[in-house]
Amino acid sequence: MTTMSPVADDSARLAQFEARVAADESIEPKDWMPERYRSQLIRMMSQHAHSEVVGMLPEGNWITRAPSLRRKMILLAKVQDEGGHGLYIYCGTETLGVDRQELVQQLLDGKAKYSSIFNYPTLSWADMGAIGWLVDGAAIVNQTMLAKASYGPYARAMVRICKEENFHKRQGYEIMATLARGTPAQKAMAQESLNRWWWPSLMMFGPHDKDSSNSDELMKWGIKRKSNDELRQRFVNLTIAQVKAIDLTVPDPALRYDEATGNWITGPIDWDEFWRVVKGNGPCNRERIEARRRAHEDGAWVRAAAIAHAEKQQRNNRETTERQQ
Amino acid sequence: MTNPSREKSWPLWEVFSQGKDGAPHEHAGSVHATDAEHALQNARDVYARRNEGVSLWVVPSAAITASTPEDMGPFFDPANDKAYRHPQFYKVPKGVKVF
Repeated sequence: MTTMSPVADDSARLAQFEARVAADESIEPKDWMPERYRSQLIRMMSQHAHSEVVGMLPEGNWITRAPSLRRKMILLAKVQDEGGHGLYIYCGTETLGVDRQELVQQLLDGKAKYSSIFNYPTLSWADMGAIGWLVDGAAIVNQTMLAKASYGPYARAMVRICKEENFHKRQGYEIMATLARGTPAQKAMAQESLNRWWWPSLMMFGPHDKDSSNSDELMKWGIKRKSNDELRQRFVNLTIAQVKAIDLTVPDPALRYDEATGNWITGPIDWDEFWRVVKGNGPCNRERIEARRRAHEDGAWVRAAAIAHAEKQQRNNRETTERQQ
Repeated sequence: MTNPSREKSWPLWEVFSQGKDGAPHEHAGSVHATDAEHALQNARDVYARRNEGVSLWVVPSAAITASTPEDMGPFFDPANDKAYRHPQFYKVPKGVKVF
């Protein structure tokens, strides 16, 4: 009897897998996939889920100080959405055979990465505007691309998230526009906030293509469809018009419009700052993880009570059935 | 303080949501929950914050039996050679414009 060697078998499967990705077919949880595709997805999706969860903290900081009931309700709904987005993506990641609890533990242990943007502090109310407009705006550009990712559960989570994030961006821009046409002090607050968030927002797309170690592989397998620099350029082009419309400026004296390509070209990005924050030395890295740990520990009794309640219900149901028999 | 890594994981439930009256229930995603009632509440908070559903089903993930990608071919191919199940298989005489 002849059997195919596991190696030959795997290389045939790999060829078939790559042909499916090339044909824009959707890869589903039970399909065969290269181990590297699986591990890259687990890494990327769990980082994405962590980012949604940690992303609740900078905005949660302003819920009690929102300037009106309307703004407070909006901010609460937005922060709740971010928690929901974390859950969509954790559940998508679990389809790859990893346990959510394990992923959460990695975050709490400080072993997992999440978007560096959330390691910056929220110092003024205008930051709620800047985050919704710029941070969610940048996330939408990235996630619209990921909604076409080759892994079905990831793509479907992104479709849902993109629909919801449009409200996040609109409400942020509305905050900025309102401040920008307010008193000189309010306008200055909006400008100061934009000055702080502009460059970190551009850094959200990751290093330049030539310095991005994961990009080639992610693009080869259809997880990413556009490069970091392409996405960043798209975000800049979209945003500059919005900045001008509310009569603010971006903190970039080198910004220029390139007639030939129709692109807004920015000055150099401070990658030293980017790597400093990625490596854990941003303004709030330690504070964010501390807050997550505290919240997780404070919720321990709720999780224990839920399990105890379910067990008691089961016991009661069993006893009722037994009595009826 | 409890050691979080020793905490018991809540069971996984698949969520199906009906978009509007008369529409079929479609898979929306999954939630972790301790029991069915809890799963339903979590499903509402996670998958129906914007009136996306008028009805929700939750099913223990372990209770679902699914076809596997490996037998996708043989399992479905009895349908391959039955073109006569489709209306396009049949010729309609010329002159009959609306059938």
